[in-house]
Amino acid sequence: MLTVAFKIARRFLSASKGQTALIVFGIAIGVAVQVFVGILITSLQASLIDGTIGSSSQVTIRPAGDNATLSDWEGMVRTADGMADIRSVSPAADSSAFLLRSSRTVPVLLRGFDLDKAEGIYKFESRIYEGKRPAAQGEVMSGRELSKDLGLKLGDTVELFTSNGSHHNLTVVGFYDLKVAAINKQWLVTTLSTSQGVFGFGQNITAVEMQVNEIFRADAIAKDLYKKIGRTDIRVLDWKTENSQLLSGLQGQSLSSYMIQVFVLTSVIIAIASVLAIKVLQKSKEMGILKAMGIKDRQAGLIFLYQGLMLGVGGAMLGVFLAVFLLTGFTMGAKNADGSSLIAISFDYVFILGSGLVAVVSATLAAALPARSTTRLNPIEVIRNG
Amino acid sequence: MAEMVKLSKVNKSYGAGELRTQVLFDVDLAFEEGSFNSIIGASGSGKTTLLNLIGTLDRPDSGEVWIAGRRTDGMKRNQLAALRNGTLGFVFQFHYLLPEFTALENVLMPSLIAGKGAGNEARDRARQLLELVGLSQVANNLATKMSGGQQQRTAIARALMNQPRIILADEPTGNLDSDTSDNIYRLFRRINEETRTTFIIITHDRRIAERTDRIVEISDGRIRMDVKR
Repeated sequence: MLTVAFKIARRFLSASKGQTALIVFGIAIGVAVQVFVGILITSLQASLIDGTIGSSSQVTIRPAGDNATLSDWEGMVRTADGMADIRSVSPAADSSAFLLRSSRTVPVLLRGFDLDKAEGIYKFESRIYEGKRPAAQGEVMSGRELSKDLGLKLGDTVELFTSNGSHHNLTVVGFYDLKVAAINKQWLVTTLSTSQGVFGFGQNITAVEMQVNEIFRADAIAKDLYKKIGRTDIRVLDWKTENSQLLSGLQGQSLSSYMIQVFVLTSVIIAIASVLAIKVLQKSKEMGILKAMGIKDRQAGLIFLYQGLMLGVGGAMLGVFLAVFLLTGFTMGAKNADGSSLIAISFDYVFILGSGLVAVVSATLAAALPARSTTRLNPIEVIRNG
Repeated sequence: MAEMVKLSKVNKSYGAGELRTQVLFDVDLAFEEGSFNSIIGASGSGKTTLLNLIGTLDRPDSGEVWIAGRRTDGMKRNQLAALRNGTLGFVFQFHYLLPEFTALENVLMPSLIAGKGAGNEARDRARQLLELVGLSQVANNLATKMSGGQQQRTAIARALMNQPRIILADEPTGNLDSDTSDNIYRLFRRINEETRTTFIIITHDRRIAERTDRIVEISDGRIRMDVKR
């Protein structure tokens, strides 16, 4: 059975529909702005992070000191593979070289991968727009910009000079596009053994590259990995240490997002509290007679708490609906030239529900003050004749 | 006959320090069960204060207040609220109906407050009371969509809802024309006779007071006259 306080609260709200609609709409706008800003910034960050480090090594083992290469690396790969926090592990053998093509010389970075394993990091398979992955000895693939620059075609042979003076003929078997011009222009991707052969590394490599499950824990994971491997001739690097500017940018963005959310929430709370405070004044005579009729102080206070709760629930629901509507509109409206969305909006339902819940709790709390003054109201102060 | 209301050596003052004014002085007063009484007095004489004390809306500075055999001056707020809800019915000069509710819903309010809900039984009683006060036709009107007399009669039906043993009325017709006032007094009298409810009516109108069985006149916080007929 519904309590008398709830019934009265519901009727107070339904009797002044205009006022109720206005408050609900006010809360809804607050919630909508909060959810919209929060989701937009989170999505923006996600796409920024994905664009920056989503297709690159997040934790990297490199040789320490004067060493140029890593020996006995298979054990390290196994250790990394065995860690639950680490998602993909790939050995890499890289060195810079010069590419000679019809009297032009361009600097390149020849990157040798175990291409099956590197797939987990660079996703070459989906980024090759022509040709295939290098498989046999002497096969390479080039990025979009480099191939355009040099006018490369599939099956072309290119000449590579290393810094120690050796020169090699390599066959272009594919073209990739990693969506980063600098990489597309510089990287010549090949198999691990081709790279090892070109640079005379023997069985050694130059790095072990990894992606982790929780990118913001990359530094902790790197430390953990270093301890587990227990070798002093290596360094374990993480993207956070190497991209401190990006990181502080992201943190600044998060902070400003929190600020906006806090201010919106504060104004919503103040608005509800002031409207309900006025309602208490308007209803003081009715509250007085209810007390004369024997309503208990707690129930009288609950009348206003319930109003806050109902306004909060209504506002939160409408607000979430508005936010989803806005975000959907934003996804459909803001597009790149190729028709893909400018920002991939990820609907974080926990955040959306959380924001709604916070609004409900705030609205109820905002009603606490007027509820308190109702509790204290003495009926003879308002029931006076004449 | 049993005493339904008893005040003994009741003192009451308002304000503090030099502004302190004593409103009631050592008042001893009792009303019997089923009696039909009036309290008269000039404005500022202390009659409304007296009614507020009987109605447990206010507490005495000293002295005892007994309602239906229970001493009330030391009760907690919630106990008093429960006592008011079950034992006392108020009719004020202004009806104080809740404007958001219909006449019927207003009459049901004391039952809702008591936690007895608004089931069929309660609704039937509320309808009977509205019939008693002659308002069956407007039972579903909002409180604001009724005339002054109808509103006051609704307030009376509401006061009767929980079958109180005492009705306290403070200038119940102060705001109404003489025909309507007359109807309301006849109604009070009928309810008193049919249900043995004790009535205590405050009025400044001697003509009305003369139609009750006992007139208590209060002046400067003291009982000056107490006439039974």
